[in-house]
This record gives sequence, structure tokens and C-alpha cells, in this order.
Amino acid sequence: MATKNAPPAIETNLAPAKPPFWNDPEKRALLFQILLVVGIFVFFAYIFSNTLYNLEKRGINTGFGFLSSPAGFGIAQTLIPYTEADSFATTFVVGLLNTLLVAVLGIFLATILGFTIGIARLSKNWLVSRIAMTYIEIFRNIPLLLQILFWYRAIVPMLPGPRQSQALGDTVFLNNRGLFLPKPIGEPGFGWTLIAFAVAVLGVFLLKRWARLRQENTGQQFPVFWTSVGLLIGLPGLVFLLTGSPLTWELPALKGFNFQGGISIIPELGALLLALTIYTAAFIAEIVRSGIQSVYKGQTEAAAALGLRPNRALQLVIIPQAMRVIIPQLTSQYLNLTKNSSLGVAIGYPDLVAVFAGTALNQSGQAVEIIFMTMLVYLVISLVISGLMNWYNQRMALVER
Amino acid sequence: MKSAKTLAVAGLLSATFAMPAAHAGATLDAVKAKGFVQCGVSTPFPGFANTNEKGEWSGLDVDVCRAVAAAVFGDATKVKYTPLTAKERFTALQSGEIDMLSRNSTWTLTRDSGMGMNFAGVNYYDGQGFMVTKKLGVDSAKKLDGASVCIQAGTTTELNLADYFRANNMKYEPITFEKSDETVKAFEAGRCDVLTSDQSQLYSLRILMSDPESAVVLPEVISKEPLGPVVRNGDDDWFKIVRWSLYAMIEAEDLGLDSTNIDEKIKGESPDIKRFAGAAEGDDKNLPLDKKWSYNVVKQVGNYSESFERNVGQGSPLKIARGLNALWKNGGLQYSPPFR
Repeated sequence: MATKNAPPAIETNLAPAKPPFWNDPEKRALLFQILLVVGIFVFFAYIFSNTLYNLEKRGINTGFGFLSSPAGFGIAQTLIPYTEADSFATTFVVGLLNTLLVAVLGIFLATILGFTIGIARLSKNWLVSRIAMTYIEIFRNIPLLLQILFWYRAIVPMLPGPRQSQALGDTVFLNNRGLFLPKPIGEPGFGWTLIAFAVAVLGVFLLKRWARLRQENTGQQFPVFWTSVGLLIGLPGLVFLLTGSPLTWELPALKGFNFQGGISIIPELGALLLALTIYTAAFIAEIVRSGIQSVYKGQTEAAAALGLRPNRALQLVIIPQAMRVIIPQLTSQYLNLTKNSSLGVAIGYPDLVAVFAGTALNQSGQAVEIIFMTMLVYLVISLVISGLMNWYNQRMALVER
Repeated sequence: MKSAKTLAVAGLLSATFAMPAAHAGATLDAVKAKGFVQCGVSTPFPGFANTNEKGEWSGLDVDVCRAVAAAVFGDATKVKYTPLTAKERFTALQSGEIDMLSRNSTWTLTRDSGMGMNFAGVNYYDGQGFMVTKKLGVDSAKKLDGASVCIQAGTTTELNLADYFRANNMKYEPITFEKSDETVKAFEAGRCDVLTSDQSQLYSLRILMSDPESAVVLPEVISKEPLGPVVRNGDDDWFKIVRWSLYAMIEAEDLGLDSTNIDEKIKGESPDIKRFAGAAEGDDKNLPLDKKWSYNVVKQVGNYSESFERNVGQGSPLKIARGLNALWKNGGLQYSPPFR
């Protein structure tokens, strides 16, 4: 009926009318975003309340109250004092520290080994380069779990029992219960040596700054490296001797079934650390190789033209530029190593997954809370590592002048 | 490990999304609808749950699953088995992945009350012991101060071990593995001086060793380990079916019935036997099952004695004596409430 009048109405009404809000892209986008946020919130609220409801309905204890009840089981390797009477919260910390221990040691060793192999891979020496290549191709391509099991199953049965230990003098012992090292025990006055070491570290830092400023101003170089080494060893050493060598060693000794005293490294830690280091180093080696090769050849030639010797050219020109390629990938490898450390459960290494998400979960029966806490821990560790590496990456980034 | 984690996450998800819980009888309905009982058992553990070369399961724990299937379906073969590690077992039950758990699990207060589970009975009375190599020359658990002990994760043995060493003022180093066969490997490799577990397991693990004669089980028993089948909380019908399927085996032994003579004996005059087998006129249906359910259990699975001797006793390589597991009238603890 109204169709007759409609066309003229459109022609006359050409002034921009305010469109309804569902036709306004900006408002529509805002609306959808609000709907999405509300939707997500409702979804998670539903999951949360439904989980609680179902757990209660099934008569399963909920909440984090279990953390304060006594755990009652033993743990092979504890970095903090722990007894069976301690709480589940303590087992959480013990497990977490064991995870961090293997992760930190692994990252440290894998970085050193990886850089060495990566540089060896680029060596002009045919043999060295091929050995590095073989290493990379073998260890990068075998699943990590198998490598862990291999080192564990290969090493432990080969080692002698405690009474037939391989001994290095009367101080270091190796058997199928682990590696036993003497433990340094500081006596009163040892604190001065530690203070001297801290002073030496500060001194090195200042020396480096001074040497750099002097070189910028005068062009004269200063042997920073050897001076630093001298400072770091000499100053604490001198103080140590002056205060009368206040340090004794607690030696491991065979008592009953096994060695007591000293520092012991259990074979599970050894095998896990070995496997993680060797596996991750193979990847790091490839990353280092690709990083160095990504620096344009002209850079090497330009450095040579400026009169830098190959070592100095590598140190001052190639590596800083290669680092920009290396660091982001290195971060991924560090994250992998940390998360892979949870495979230690296969050989009974008492890490967070074995102790807390394993035994503690089973003894308390509170799977939801414990798995949640464990996942959260790995998330936090990973975020911290990538935060640190991003900060380092920014410092190493190319500064355009 | 992976599977334990997956299970835990599955448990989490199922607790998250599952529709609010089941009415009584829901498990029985679900089991009937799918046509089999999903039963959680041990990762192979000779005598209790093990597979033969054809992949068929047998064992003392497996017989409880088969008895339930015989009671529910009249067919003891209608069982599907889920092998579980000690760590995975309760999560698998809580999450509904299995209908019942028959995996040498110790009945304790915590497990019965705080974890959403009910223990339906005891099919093996056990106690924790220690196994050492002969050449160690140890004849008592009291002499184990400072020893390394191989142990399976997520078991009551972990707690008993800690208590025992603490009570006797001794130190130990626990080496904890996921699976019991890993503990044996580590024990054989010399990683630990002692292997601890329930005594039945020690005998069973001992025959897995390449040289069983090199190891000896110490005399001390340091704990009570009543092992039995477990079901989820909140379904009384199912709970009673599992409980009375086990009792049917024990009661059959008590009445002198076994798989070979039951057909003959129910023709006799004994009212006890007729009532037990549902053979008398006017027997009422107490459980929501066929009235010949207990007959089916005995006919197809056998009585407790048959199951025991076949799997762990004189008819098996383990040769475990009945001991605590003899009938009450023979000086043991196995006892069934009356079937009336």
C-alpha cells in the first residue's frame, strides 16, 4: 500500500540519516566484543560452578585445605629439609625445586655444549665439522624419552654397588646409588671470603666500564679478561688465606648400605640431566649455526678490511648480529627443556610431576586442584623464562644510529 | 606418565561437563545398555591380573570383574579391561572411565571417605613386606637402616614404608617408579637394596626376575592391606551388585559348591544351597538381577577357593598359601554374610 509513495520519499530525504546501531560498524563491533566477553565469562563461571557441584555430588573433597595436612611419604632428593611429617605444601616446594634444579643445570650445560657444537659445525676442519654434524643428526632425531631411558638403563646397571665403588682418592665415589662428592662447610670467618668475592665481581664490572671509556677516549686497549680472572681468583683467595683458611670438607663415607655425608647426586638426576643436555644441545647447535650463517658475508669482509683479526671479528661483528637471530629461538629451546624435564617421571626422578602431580595426587585424591597447580607452575616458569629472554633480546637488539 | 596426566585431565573435564550426578541404578543401566562391564585392573601383575598369549585376562582380581559380569549378564566374558597404574586408578574410577576397579587396592579410611569411592569388600587380605637380594645377607627388616628402597608411586606402601622407618628410627632413600615392573628392573639393576610392596606382589614380582632365586622375602609384615574391588559413590545398587558378586564366590566355598558340582548339588535337599542358587520356588529377587545370578557366578567363575588356587595358589607358579585368606572356619578371614 505504501509502496506507491515510497520512491519520492527516498529521493527527497537524501540528508545522511542516523543509521540504526546495528548498521553502524563501530557500534556493532563494540556490541559483539561485549557479547563475547560476557559469553566467555559466563562459560567459565558455568564450568567452575558445575565442577564444584559435581565433585561435591560425588563426595570428592575439594579446596586447598589438603595442602596443610601431612604428606606421609618419603622423597629421594630434597633441596630443603623434608621429613614425612611435613605437609603436602612442602612436597609441592620440594618437587618444584627439583624441577628448577634440573631445568637450570640443563639450560646452563645445554647452552655451553650447544654453542660449542654449533661453532664446531662451521669449522673449516672437515673432521670437526663432520663430528658435529653427526652429533646433531643423531641426538636431534631420537625421541627424548628414549634417550632418557637409554642413559638410565645403560648407566645404572654398569655401575658397581656401594661396597665396590669407583673411588677418586678418598673424596669422590661413584656407584649405582649416585655420585658422592665432598661438601664444603664454611666455618666462622668464611663470610669474609664471600664478601671479597662480591667485591671482586663489583671490581670487574667497574674495570670493564673504565676500560671501555678509556678505549673510546684514547683508543688504548686494556687486558680486561686476564685482569678480571686475576681479580676474581686473587682477591677472595688472599682473604681466604689471611683469615686462616676457614673451610673444611665433609667427606662421604661408606656406612651400612651406602655412603653418608657429602653431596650426593642421584643417578636419576644424572641420567635426566645428561639426556636433556645432549638432546637440547643438538637443537641449540643448529640455532647457533643458522644464526652465524645469517650474518651477511660482507660483514666478515668489512671487518677484515678494517684490520680486525678473525677472532675479534667473530666477537665484535658477527656474534652480536647473530645473537638477534639466535635469542628468540634459544628461548623456545629453554622452554622446551624446562617442560621436557617432566619426562623424568619415567625414571623416577622426583620432580614436580612425579612428587606432587603423582604421589601427592594419589594420596590426597584431589586431582583437579593438584593438576591445576602443576599446570600453573609450568606456565609461570615458562613466562618467567620468556620474559627474561625478551628483556635480553631487547638489550641485544640492533641499535640503529 | 602421559596417560596418568591425560586421565587426570579427563577426570577434570568429566567433572566439569558431566551432567549432575546419577540416580541409583544408573551404572547398572549404563552397563546393560553398552553390554559389558568396564573393569579397571593392574598393569600386568601375575596371579592378580595378567594376559595370556591370546590376550585373555586372568587372575584373582580379574575373577571379581568376571563374577560381576556373570551376575549382570549371565556371561562372565562380557568384561572389557582397562589396565591402570597405581597412580591412574582412582582418577579413572572417579571420572567414570571404568565401572569398577579391581586392582589390588588397599581399603583405607581416606580412600573410602574423601575420594568419592566405596570399597565393596575384600578379595585378598595382604600385608606389606620387603624383598632383598640374598647376597646382601640381611635377615630382618630392622637391619635396613640407610637402605635404598624401590617402590611404586601412589600406593599405601609408600606411606607404610615412611611410617615403619620413622617408627624404628631408621633412614632410607625412596626410589619411586610409576609401574611395578619398573621397580623390579631397578631392583635387579642394583639401584636399590630393597623392594617393598604387598607380600603377594613381592612373590609375583619375584617370578618376573631373571633369577628369582637371588632374592628373598623378609619375614616382617609391616601393615594391614585388605585389597578389594572399588566402585564410585552414589550408586547403591551397583555397589551391592559388586559386593554380593564377591560374596557369592566366598559363600559358595562355604557351602561346598564349586563350578563342577553346583548343577548336581542344587538338585539336593539343602535349603541353604537352593536359596543361594535361586533354585527354590518363591525366591524373591533381592538384587535387580536375574534370580540365578549367584548360580551364574559360581558356574562360570568358580568359588573363591577355585579362583584362589588357580590364580595364586597351588595351581599357579606363585604357590601362595591361603593363610589369612582361608575361610573363617578354617582359621582365615574370608567370611560372607548369609545369603538369605
